[in-house]
Amino acid sequence: MNKYMIYLNSRRCIGCHGCEVHCKTNKNLPVGPLLCEITHEPLKAVKGVPKTEFHFRSCYHCEEPFCVDICPTKAMIKREDGIVYVDSEKCIGCMSCAGACPWGIPQLNPETGKAVKCDYCMDRIDAGLKPACVTKCTTHALKFVTMQEI
Amino acid sequence: MRKTVWSMCGMCSVRCPIRVEVEDGEIKWIEGNPHLIGRALCAKGSAGIALHTDSERPQQPLIRKGGRGAGNWEPVSWYAALDYVADKLKKIMDKYGPEAVMLSCRGGPFLDIAKAFIHGLGSPNFTNHDSGCGRNVHHASKSIYGLGRKGLIYDIKNSKHLILFGRNILASLRIAEANQVMDMLEAGGSMTYVDVRQSLTGIKATRFFQVRPGTDYALALGMINEVLKKEAYDKEFLEKYATGFEALEEFIQPYTAEWAAKECGIKVNKLKAFVEEIDSQRPKVIFHPGWMLSRYKDSFYASRALQILNVLMGNIEQKGGQLFPKTPGDCGVKGLQSLDALVPKPKKERADGVGTKYKHFDKGPGLFHLFYDAIATGTPYPIKALICYRHDPFNCFPDPAAQKEALENAELLVSIDTHYSEFGWFSDVILPESMYLERETLIVTQKGPKPRFTLRQRCVEPRFDTKPSWEIFKQLADRLGISQYFPFNTIEELWQWQLEPTGHSYEEFDEKGYIELTDKPIMYDDIEGKFKTPSGKIEIISSVLEEAGLPSLKPYESPLKPPKGRFRLIFGRSPVHAHGHTINNPLLHELFPENTLWINKRVATKLGIKEGDWVDVIADSQKGIIRAHVTEFIHPEAVYTVHGFGRQIPLQSRAYHAGMSDQKLQEGLLQKMDPAGGGLCLCEKFVTIRRSHRNPRRRVEL
Repeated sequence: MNKYMIYLNSRRCIGCHGCEVHCKTNKNLPVGPLLCEITHEPLKAVKGVPKTEFHFRSCYHCEEPFCVDICPTKAMIKREDGIVYVDSEKCIGCMSCAGACPWGIPQLNPETGKAVKCDYCMDRIDAGLKPACVTKCTTHALKFVTMQEI
Repeated sequence: MRKTVWSMCGMCSVRCPIRVEVEDGEIKWIEGNPHLIGRALCAKGSAGIALHTDSERPQQPLIRKGGRGAGNWEPVSWYAALDYVADKLKKIMDKYGPEAVMLSCRGGPFLDIAKAFIHGLGSPNFTNHDSGCGRNVHHASKSIYGLGRKGLIYDIKNSKHLILFGRNILASLRIAEANQVMDMLEAGGSMTYVDVRQSLTGIKATRFFQVRPGTDYALALGMINEVLKKEAYDKEFLEKYATGFEALEEFIQPYTAEWAAKECGIKVNKLKAFVEEIDSQRPKVIFHPGWMLSRYKDSFYASRALQILNVLMGNIEQKGGQLFPKTPGDCGVKGLQSLDALVPKPKKERADGVGTKYKHFDKGPGLFHLFYDAIATGTPYPIKALICYRHDPFNCFPDPAAQKEALENAELLVSIDTHYSEFGWFSDVILPESMYLERETLIVTQKGPKPRFTLRQRCVEPRFDTKPSWEIFKQLADRLGISQYFPFNTIEELWQWQLEPTGHSYEEFDEKGYIELTDKPIMYDDIEGKFKTPSGKIEIISSVLEEAGLPSLKPYESPLKPPKGRFRLIFGRSPVHAHGHTINNPLLHELFPENTLWINKRVATKLGIKEGDWVDVIADSQKGIIRAHVTEFIHPEAVYTVHGFGRQIPLQSRAYHAGMSDQKLQEGLLQKMDPAGGGLCLCEKFVTIRRSHRNPRRRVEL
């Protein structure tokens, strides 16, 4: 059972794309890979005001992730709390994971030659902090949610 | 072991407070100051790390070898560069007098040292970028309240209605302010947005008026008329604090809501419903007077009309309205010591004529563009040296070609900046300043409901042979024999000296990055005597303007309609870039590599332009090429682009020729000044648009 999710309050999101850069700088990523993304639909007039909704996407951390099964070196791992992450020591950069993922979420870090993907900044979570994108969201529109079983 | 350094962001001019984590001399993490902005940071703020690690910036002092702008530089030591500049300055001052040296900057709180330097030399010619930015707003505010544009701040969080005339508040992105706007909306507040196009701010609005370009003043007049007609204003407040109301009543008569709706191309019912709404919400209604309002020929009067609406709402020193920013004095603390105050005021009149020829303008920074006249003609006296400190006039003022022509008469051009500016590339000497994470600055006062002292601290050592500006000015001052105005050798000594009267010490910044002077917000009970106009009242009819022979309430003139096939060129900004100086940042360039030209869908169809097509944008002699963004959410008379692109500095490989520059197309606008407001009219340019022949039609390759 996945323990965490990231929720975007679209009403508060101003489409500044800060989260994308917060993520990249925390993971020390070069130009190229983008582990989370803000998108929006074309503007549409609602009661005379052209409006749009913003969407946030990182990784779905699937219950049964194809990327984990396909990884030839067991570098893609699903943790007990549901976080799917890359063990970069074991990763050989074959990118089978990206091919297996329906959304192509794992990406190649051209500097290290290994796969990278959103892991909810698990080093930060383990230290009692929140993911970079959530922590620094410009308008506090992103929330890190810990789910509880009822 | 990671250590925390409290500092101040420097990616744009907002200067949000930041907390930086450093380990082994490397920056590991930057976040907003948790005590002030809850760790929030924008894309630019995080990309500060990429600026620090980027090598495409000046790495040591450079002296020009070839012709101006040719890009032939000789790297030299600081010793040699400072000697060179000091020597040239001395020669110029000996020959023409100290007033032949001018210094410009991009405004901001850290200028005490730069002012002390230029005034210490004996020149009155300190100026800044503002005639291409907020001067109209500043002067409008002065003419009404006797206070500059920062003389009142907005309590947006507690307001019930925020009205924005083209103020793209969520894309210009002051983090604290953007959060106030979102909090206000979340609490059920209204936001009315007026623009010629829809923007990131407008999509959050509860009401949107898409007006014909150049008719903001008409809409504001129509609003005033309707407010008076419906008696939707605070009579008591006006009687007590304002003069000139009768003249306003008389003047406003022809400008009915019906007239305004027709002039602006909006629905009159919507305008009337708006006035009804604000009547139920005042005084918690804020009409934002604008920020970058060097736009139309009547922008000064538009801003003035918006301030009149604020006065009619009676929103001053009211929760949810406009507040007086409180000073250390209000907290019983003495203010910081100023270096510039040590320097005797230069007696010579300013070369831009502000204070002599133009008595109604603020003498502080004067008006930069007027100096070009002095440089070109030598009247009232020659200007031979221009030092631009973190300022790029070729990017911020129109028509760089005309600027370069005027500068042919200048003998010394110096750029003090962290990056290659377009001006720097053309200049004679580049003195590279350390980027903001590698330098410290003076202590500054941040006025507000809870005033505080704060500063920027050095987080890591400079990667290259660069210096902080305080050191650059200090070392130049030593060489020019004005050391007496710079009583310090290290930054700690300077901080200590600044703080002397306050009773605080700079070690206190280690706790939270700022020194708080009060724990509770301060509100004035009585605002009598707080207005600094000649009459001490809010002046709807301004005695300063009338004395200068200018109307306080100007009859409206309809803006020209662009001729067939031509369009009004409008510019704006994105939350991802801070004008020209972030375009080359690796991570921000990745997000927003080049600008596009917004063009109305119906117009585009007529011109055969499709989304993503290359279009030629033609001014008089200049031509730009850019990709089209076809949208129904822009007025058909206008085309729009994000400012700052089209840079031509070969050493900025990412920004080089990426996108199109709007200011290069603004030919003939360098001296097109609003005579009452002092701002330039940057949106008064029509350009021709056509589908470019550079769109590929055939493919002849294999």
